[in-house]
Amino acid sequence: MAQDVRDDIRSFIAAKFPGMSFTDDEDIFALGFVNSLFAMELVMFIEKTFGTKIPNEELRLENFRTVVLMAELVQRRAEAAESGAVT
Amino acid sequence: MTKVGVVGAGVMGTGVAQNLATSGHEVTLVDVDGATLSAALDRIGLECRMSRMLGGPELDADAVLARIGTGTELETLAESAVVIENITENWDLKARLYPRLDAACKDSTVFVVNTSAIPITKLAACTGRPDRVMGVHFMNPVPMKSACEFIPGYHTSEATKDTVRALLESMGKKPIPVNDASGFVSNRVLMLTVNEAAFLVHEGVADAATVDEVFRECFGHPMGPLETADLIGVDTILYSVEVLYEEFNDSKYRPCPLLKQMTAAGLHGRKSGKGFHSYSHA
Repeated sequence: MAQDVRDDIRSFIAAKFPGMSFTDDEDIFALGFVNSLFAMELVMFIEKTFGTKIPNEELRLENFRTVVLMAELVQRRAEAAESGAVT
Repeated sequence: MTKVGVVGAGVMGTGVAQNLATSGHEVTLVDVDGATLSAALDRIGLECRMSRMLGGPELDADAVLARIGTGTELETLAESAVVIENITENWDLKARLYPRLDAACKDSTVFVVNTSAIPITKLAACTGRPDRVMGVHFMNPVPMKSACEFIPGYHTSEATKDTVRALLESMGKKPIPVNDASGFVSNRVLMLTVNEAAFLVHEGVADAATVDEVFRECFGHPMGPLETADLIGVDTILYSVEVLYEEFNDSKYRPCPLLKQMTAAGLHGRKSGKGFHSYSHA
């Protein structure tokens, strides 16, 4: 599952920035091609694609800096949903 | 706290409603389309949730949304002290709306025209209260911009100016007064720049990415003119250039055919997923 999640997130970002190359653990904000408008699109994409609502305490830039960190966030949300926590 | 009506739940109306509600005002957001209203509330909720992440203050999305009522009829604005109108930048649509607003609202209601190019005096003449009509050119994204053009019409009273100035200041905006002329200061210059940038693409002098690269890399602008067009909306750019052309009857404002074609094809920029650049979801 984790790999699929990473693939989905990477494809989403790559489609937005054709021609830019980045690895799964590179900080996409530090690379300079991600701005606040795109951060909002990322949150909307993740919530819609993976059927989760990211709680306020997880809405931190640190969770969206790399593909790996975003996939880990999705994983945490899935685990929270399974354990019956509020999604 | 002021009761403020907001007409039009597009990009600008949504931003204005959000800015008002986060500043503690009671907002009634009106649009002819219920789905547009619902999308606007979703957007405002998300923006509030993300505020801290994007370097803004921590906002309670539920509390902000609780201050926003919605409706599809102008009559829901009857008790508003101020109504801020943000419908499509098109003279015919605005000219048809104002007499209806005039009939729907109480006599004391002040109308704020949020426009990037239409003369305020001309729209005020569509109402029976030209002294209570004021122009404000908000910038996009509204909640993040700290200033706006502040444009009284010919008949706008001092009391109306004071009311609107106080409201803007409560929203964290610095009103910059300019006189009433089509396009005011900002868009007289900006729209021509974007239009000319579109001509460069249309004529094959440079592609959109290259035009923007020149402005970013050579001038140090944070965004090129065509990225700006995508943010504002390609359709809105076209309507604004058309307004300048109609008002001044000067051929320097003739709209680039590419803007017309993109508008007809639905390539409206960020809001539609594609404009001069692509924003489509994977």
